[in-house]
Amino acid sequence: MSLWEYANPQKFMQTSSVLLPFVSVLTAVCLVVGLVWGFFLTPEAANFGSTVKIIYVHVPSAMMAINAWVMMLVTSLIWLIRRHHVSALAARAAAPIGLTMTVIALITGAIWGEPMWGTYWAWDPRLTSFLILFLFYLGYIALWEAIENPDAAADLTSVLCIVGSVFALLSRYAVNFWNQGLHQGATLSLDKEENISDVYWLPLVICIAGFVLLFVTLVLVRTRTEIRARRIKALVARERMG
Amino acid sequence: MMPELGKYAGAVLSSYGVSLALMAALVLLSMARGARVRRQLDEAEARRRDHG
Repeated sequence: MSLWEYANPQKFMQTSSVLLPFVSVLTAVCLVVGLVWGFFLTPEAANFGSTVKIIYVHVPSAMMAINAWVMMLVTSLIWLIRRHHVSALAARAAAPIGLTMTVIALITGAIWGEPMWGTYWAWDPRLTSFLILFLFYLGYIALWEAIENPDAAADLTSVLCIVGSVFALLSRYAVNFWNQGLHQGATLSLDKEENISDVYWLPLVICIAGFVLLFVTLVLVRTRTEIRARRIKALVARERMG
Repeated sequence: MMPELGKYAGAVLSSYGVSLALMAALVLLSMARGARVRRQLDEAEARRRDHG
């Protein structure tokens, strides 16, 4: 069996209908356990006070904002190279999810920044690259809506996605590239010195798993919708012709 | 059993409020559009069957 079988819309619909109930339940369990644990059962941090609890929504959303764009990049490249329609539709389906995650990361970051940095916003490398990523998400979604021909829309949005990937990568690594700015380094790290304290680590990992699973669930749901919408277009075109 | 959030209660609660509201809106909108498109597809398939 080959991975490319799932590029067949029928095969994708069959497989996703089997997967969706399991992934949805797992998503709900991880989000409830992670967020309840993080919010109710973790202590205040000596340096951040109770604002440390914001990491359970801020860190996973920021990670997913970047990873959604990476997923869109991979599926866009598959479209450009192999012309599989499902991959182009999956990229389209992922964009509003990535946009929402970017908005959550920007808003929760600003709310956290005010008491900690004394400002909601600073033109810091990571914050600025995240704002540009947000604008790329808006442009990507607008471009899909603006072009009538679906193949032309998939081509142009794929090129935009490749260009925007520079800012997705900058969002992730800006803190490492430039030392100026307010944003601190990675919250999760293999380096024990840098890594978050043990008491916050496990609920954070569960929250991240919940956000990843929410992304997977929504991409499956939304890709199924895009496939059906494409089928409707084909049927309507056939009705008009005949 | 609300945790003691001290002077940062507003910041913590608004962060959770905004995040959960946006995620709920995304899920609900995705499901609503999915149901609408599915219904439209069923209607289009039925029309095609009726008219051969």
